[in-house]
Parts: sequence; C-alpha cells; structure tokens
Amino acid sequence: MSITEKEQEIIEEFALYDDWMDKYEYIIELGKELPIIEEQYKTKDRLIKGCQSQVWLHADCKNNKMTFSADSDAIITKGIIALLIRVVNNESPADVARSDFQFIKEIGLQEHLSPTRSNGLVSMVKEMKLNALKAVK
Amino acid sequence: MNIKSIRSQFPILEQKIHGKPLVYFDNGATTQKPLSVIQRINDYYARENANIHRGVHTLSQEATTAYENARTMIQNYLGAKENHEILFTKGTTDGINLVAFSFGELLKAEDEIIISAMEHHSNIVPWQMLCERKGCKLRIIPMDEKGDLVLDTYDSLLSNKTKLVAVTHISNALGTVNDVEHIIKKAHAVGAKVLIDGAQSIQHIQVNVQELDCDFYAFSGHKLFGPTGIGVLYGKEEILNLMPPYQGGGDMIKEVTLEKTTYNSLPHKFEAGTPNIAGGIGLGTAFEFLNSLDMKEVVKHEQELLEYATSELEKIEGIKFYGQAKVKTSVISFLIEGLHPYDVGTLLDKMGIAVRTGHHCTQPIMNQFCIPGTIRASFAFYNTKGEIDVFIKALNRIIPMLKN
Ligand SMILES: Cc1ncc(COP(=O)(O)O)c(C=O)c1O
Repeated sequence: MSITEKEQEIIEEFALYDDWMDKYEYIIELGKELPIIEEQYKTKDRLIKGCQSQVWLHADCKNNKMTFSADSDAIITKGIIALLIRVVNNESPADVARSDFQFIKEIGLQEHLSPTRSNGLVSMVKEMKLNALKAVK
Repeated sequence: MNIKSIRSQFPILEQKIHGKPLVYFDNGATTQKPLSVIQRINDYYARENANIHRGVHTLSQEATTAYENARTMIQNYLGAKENHEILFTKGTTDGINLVAFSFGELLKAEDEIIISAMEHHSNIVPWQMLCERKGCKLRIIPMDEKGDLVLDTYDSLLSNKTKLVAVTHISNALGTVNDVEHIIKKAHAVGAKVLIDGAQSIQHIQVNVQELDCDFYAFSGHKLFGPTGIGVLYGKEEILNLMPPYQGGGDMIKEVTLEKTTYNSLPHKFEAGTPNIAGGIGLGTAFEFLNSLDMKEVVKHEQELLEYATSELEKIEGIKFYGQAKVKTSVISFLIEGLHPYDVGTLLDKMGIAVRTGHHCTQPIMNQFCIPGTIRASFAFYNTKGEIDVFIKALNRIIPMLKN
C-alpha cells in the first residue's frame, strides 16, 4: 500500500466516529498498542522535548525502507505517533521525505501538530523527514 | 451575589466548544471580558479615536480625557496617593522589566535582590538579567512542601546589602496568598524597596497600595476582566523620580535638542511613544466593573468554589494536590496518578472544559515538586458549582479511558 492509500484508510476508519470522545478512545487504544521503542534507544539524543509532552524517536533504514519506533509520556501523543508511523513505515526515504501528513488535518487532529502546542510532535515530524532525507540515495 | 446576572454580562460564557457549553476554568491565564469593557473599546474606536496628549482638536482632547480618567479611576481603586504614580504598561511583565531596568540603574555590584521560589518566570528572568548587567546577587526565599514561603529564612536573608525584594502577592500555580505585609515591613526595616507582582491579586482580593506600603505593584489588565496589552505599574512618586527613564521617545520628553534632552514629569517620563489608548480606557472600564462588585461577596463565592471543588476532587482515586497553603485563592493544581496532564487537558477540552496544563511558567516550582507540570483549574466569580459538577463528571469519564 502506498502512503496515500494508507492515509485514505485511516481517514475512512476515523469517519466511523462522529463523537470526539469515541475518536479519542480509538487514538488512546492505538497509543497503548504502539510497540514500545526499545529501551536502548530511549536515550537523551533521541529525546524531543516539548513543553507539554516529550517524544523519543528512533529511525532506521534498511534496503531502502524506513522504519521508525517512538514513544511519548502522553498517551494521546503516542496514539498520534502510531498513526504517523503506520503511514510511513516500510516506505522509501524519498517518499517519507515528501509526505506532508495531510490526513491528520482530515481527521481533525491538526491541533496536535500545531507549533504552538509544544507537545514534541512537530519536532518529531521534522526529525522523521530529516532522517529520511539523510537516507535518500 | 447574583451569579446569573453577572454571567449574563460575559457574552463568551454562552459559547459552545465542540458542541458543549463552555466551562472556563483557566482564569489564572486570562479572564473573560464583560460587555461594558468590550463596548467601551468599540465606542472608543467608533467615536473618539485620536492620538492623545498632543492635539488641540476636539477628538484628541476627548481621548486624552478618557485615558487620564482611566488613570484616576485606577488610582482611586488601588488607593494610590497620586494619579501620576499609576504608570500604564503592557502588563505585569513589562512593569517588572521597567523596574529591573530603571531601578536597576541605581544598583551596583554586590547589591542584593531577593525573590521567592514560587515566582512566575517574568518575576525571575528580569532580575537574573539585572544581576548579569550589574553584578548584583539574587537571593531566594524558599517554599515548603505545602506551598508556603519560609519567612524565617526570608528574615535571615535580609541585610543592608538588600536593595530590592520582588515577590508575588498570589501564586499563579498554587494559589498561595503570601504574607506580603510581613515581607514589606521587614524589607523596609533594612532600607530595601519592595515590588509586588500583583498579576493574580486584584481579581480576587481587595488591594490598597498605601495600606500595603509597597514601593511598586505590577499587574496586567487582561487578568482582571480588562483588555490584553495593557497593565499598570504603581510606583511611589519619590522612587520613580529617582529612577532614569526606561525607554526614550515621544511623550516622555520636556525638551529635545540634538545635544541633550530633558525628561517629562511623571507619569509621562515612563510612557514613551503613543500608548495603548483603547487598552487604557478599556482597563478603566474594567475597574468600574470591579467597583460595581462587592469584593467580600466575590471572596466568599470563590472560596466556596475552591472548597467544593477540592472536596469533590478528593474523592478521585490517586489524586494529588500541589499547593495547600494556609491562605489560598481559587486555584487548584493537581495530578492524577498514572495520567499525563496533556492527555487530561486534551480530553477535557473536547468536553468543553478549559483548564491549563503544564508548568504554568513556574518551572522552579515544578522542579521542587519533581513533576513536569500539573493540571490547573482556576476559578473566577462567574464560575458555578454546576460547572464544577460538569468538570468532575468529565474527569470521571476520562480517567478509565486513560488508565491502562
Ligand atoms: C504571578 C504572575 N506574574 C506575572 C505574570 C505575567 O503576566 P503577563 O504575561 O500578563 O505580563 C503572570 C501571568 O501568567 C502571573 O500569573
């Protein structure tokens, strides 16, 4: 599945919920299910400090495919991370570097990616793309 | 107090957020505005707008009168001796920076400034900058685990080196009401001046600057039902006269030649440039509004809200309160075991409830408690027990969602 197709899939999943609390219930579930980043990668240099919540990100590239693992101290932040990772995992560095995560807006979660929110997510997205750019062959 | 009629004067309280009636519990960050303030600003721009202090034409004179009347209104409300002891600023931060610069110019290396461990960043950083600039030393009054200042230590910090004590009247993060009378008396006994950060005070308690005998008192209009971008620095005339100006420009001068300038008298010496005229006039109206309230009733109602919310929150398993000072205003800072404030704040918002989460610009307090931040509910007199019920119900819905 391409990034666009995965994004479309998420948009359709979220269309099932018309109540905010249901939507968040789902995000929290995703947050709880996100495979935890291996302890060895939860280091200071992988920590992205926000004012409200913090994020750890580890990126890898093998056979021209990016993989990410991440964690956050806030569960909603973690749920949104799970969505972002689902979209870009196993994609080529070039595609990851190009993606703009528009689907977040479509499902009504753009407030979490606002620079003023200071939850570490904006910097995390930047960091994901930087890692991808570095891996572009 | 007729809360219903008071609420009807605050149009924003009718708002719906995500389809739910707004429950506004972020009054520590900023308060909502009554119609009278909104209309006054509107009227000013619609009918009176002109630059002040510099025109002979009718509008300029009317605008000047309105602006200066606001100053007098505030002088009377705060019990200041002179109307020119009320300086218009951008807000608390601006007022503190003014003192840190201009009063700071009178200081020399090895002079000492005392602040407390519960200050807002805007009553910490300007003093650190002054210490860098002048080689002064910063001393800190410690805070105990309840959120009270340790005044015995304060007394022992004072010496003839102390030139200024800058403390908050009421803590924005914990609600502690400090014994500023004691702090001021003791400081004066060693010849030091005192600045009180009043950002969280006038909206909750009656303040009289002459009775307090403080030398400076700084606050923001937006936290007491007035507009943003305007505030007041009260200063005693004799001290303000000793201080050099803060900023140079129009309005603050008596005579300018290219070689030398003589400065205008108070308050203009400290009000360079075209001020926030609409803001000043709107702030005057906010004080008129405060004047129309019975402050005793306000205190009583807010204390009831504080007690009711505290006792309801206490029933929640794993709750921990930060700030249990002897005397408190209507601020509750808390955490729930295993729950991140960001998650709680996000979900409360989706239920129409506005609270503050994070460190509240008081990182030293959070460091002392070894926490990254809290959830803070801060009430104003227009809040109700019914809203607290909505809040508690929302928390009880959220907690099982977030717990593993
Ligand atoms: C105790 C205290 N001091 C200072 C400030 C700064 O006020 P302003 O940002 O309006 O200048 C605040 C505002 O949060 C405050 O609560």
